[in-house]
Amino acid sequence: MVENRGLLTLLSHAILLLGIAVLAFPIYVTFVASTSEMRDIIQPPLPLVPGPYLIDNYTEALTRGVAQASGAPVALMLWNSLVMAMAIAIGKIVISLLSAFAIVYFRFPLRALCFWTIFITLMLPVEVRIVPTFEVVAQLGMLNSYAGLTIPLIASATATFLFRQFFMTIPDELLEAARIDGAGALRFFWDIVLPLSRTNIAALFVILFIYGWNQYLWPLLITTDASMNTIVMGINQMIAPGEDQTNWPVVMATAILAMVPPVFVVVAMQRLFVKGLVETEK
Amino acid sequence: MEKRVFFRPSPLPYLLVLPQLVITAVFFLWPASQALYQSLLIEDPFGMRTEFVWLENFAYLFSDRLYLQTFWTTAYFSAAVTALSLGVALLLAVLADRIVKGATGYKTLLIWPYAVAPAIAGVLWLFLFNPSIGLVAYYLKIMGYNWNHVLNGNQAMFLVVIAAAWKQVSYNFLFFLAGLQAIPRSLIEAAAIDGAGPVRRFWTVVFPLLSPTTFFLIVVNIVYAFFETFGIIHTITKGGPGKSTEILVYKVYADGFVGQDLGGSAAQSVILMAIVISLTVIQFRFIERKVHY
Repeated sequence: MVENRGLLTLLSHAILLLGIAVLAFPIYVTFVASTSEMRDIIQPPLPLVPGPYLIDNYTEALTRGVAQASGAPVALMLWNSLVMAMAIAIGKIVISLLSAFAIVYFRFPLRALCFWTIFITLMLPVEVRIVPTFEVVAQLGMLNSYAGLTIPLIASATATFLFRQFFMTIPDELLEAARIDGAGALRFFWDIVLPLSRTNIAALFVILFIYGWNQYLWPLLITTDASMNTIVMGINQMIAPGEDQTNWPVVMATAILAMVPPVFVVVAMQRLFVKGLVETEK
Repeated sequence: MEKRVFFRPSPLPYLLVLPQLVITAVFFLWPASQALYQSLLIEDPFGMRTEFVWLENFAYLFSDRLYLQTFWTTAYFSAAVTALSLGVALLLAVLADRIVKGATGYKTLLIWPYAVAPAIAGVLWLFLFNPSIGLVAYYLKIMGYNWNHVLNGNQAMFLVVIAAAWKQVSYNFLFFLAGLQAIPRSLIEAAAIDGAGPVRRFWTVVFPLLSPTTFFLIVVNIVYAFFETFGIIHTITKGGPGKSTEILVYKVYADGFVGQDLGGSAAQSVILMAIVISLTVIQFRFIERKVHY
């Protein structure tokens, strides 16, 4: 700080706390609603202290879901989301590592073509090509399967670029030394490149896990079978169209359950998260 | 930038890039070319017959009052989301940058909304503003303001903007804070010695130095508002009431899957691709974050 202005510092703290309160308010109300019973919710205002039904509501959500909506218990949806997020994160990292390694450490015909083909994926998010991509997945018979949920989202220019940039910073001397010692390409990859990339892989994993977990439009199209729903898309189907029938306490418990894993990942791995966020935007 | 040392030529690199290329070809290039092709076709309502019509779908779209309306809605929506989330994030970042003690704590408490899915953010705000049971809607009614975003288009727009901006504040905050911390203290001290107060220092020294970050964030936020807010719109308003919150991405979905107008939806996809490509080019061109190959 340049100069000491006590009043201004106090004001800064006050405004920051206010900002945090505003950001957290929707979550707090959701939490309160998830511990209340239907009667408290349909007669506003909702009291701003948690009610006694926390265990009841969460148990009902996890084991039964909302029967009249889709029927899938939230525990199953959480599992589907976990599978989807892990498969997308790990799949993206693996195929990006391999292709970045090939592009950086080999000269081969069509290398430029490969690079630009990958680059194009950056410009074609699922949202802009939903109908034709859906048709391809339907023709391949991948609707309502984990393969259909994850594989079309696995190709990633961002991750390939990140690893490419990082491999460029690995000193050439390491490769020379490895070759003198008689190591082949795969051995060099496994014993030198991979250990050096650990932090980058971890940072990218945090970002990609959140990306995969929070997918909405794609599972909405691909899963017509309730047992394949992910939690982020399943929750919307729990809200009855007329809204009168909606079992809000259970829906709110589901919302909290849907938020906990990604928020936990961000807060617990804050340093990696910030690193990943800053680097994927390069 | 190129490596000077390589492995000997072998078929291995082809095997290594193969998985990524196959997925890209099957799920990116093929669907994108299908979209291009379908955008030139008109299919009859029963899917029995298709006719090649060149650019008729595009001509129709750009003469369609509803489609042009969607453009304006999207522009308005993304401008509002960008302005609101950048403004709030900049304010919070400047304050957090001032504070010596406890800055990390504030950071932790401000970044987590990033992890909340857009669709879940939609559910949270829908619950707060639900006309019959929502807490905020209730207090607004007590204050004499009749809140009903299910019927009132402006209120619906306000709600989706708030929900979308709420989620994006943490992202912008992180980048602004990093940008602020990269500004050399000596510049700010020099300005202080010359007698400039905090406000004046901000506008004449800090804000101009922050402009690369600001510009980068503007592009990122526009991309976010265009393409990643589908979940928010779908959970809160479904484009309603009366299409008042129907943004471009939502209309592609609504026309293609709900309306089954494949040619029209494909033409809209092509227009969206053009927008994404130009935004990506802007992002790379002007932000010195070029891709070196």
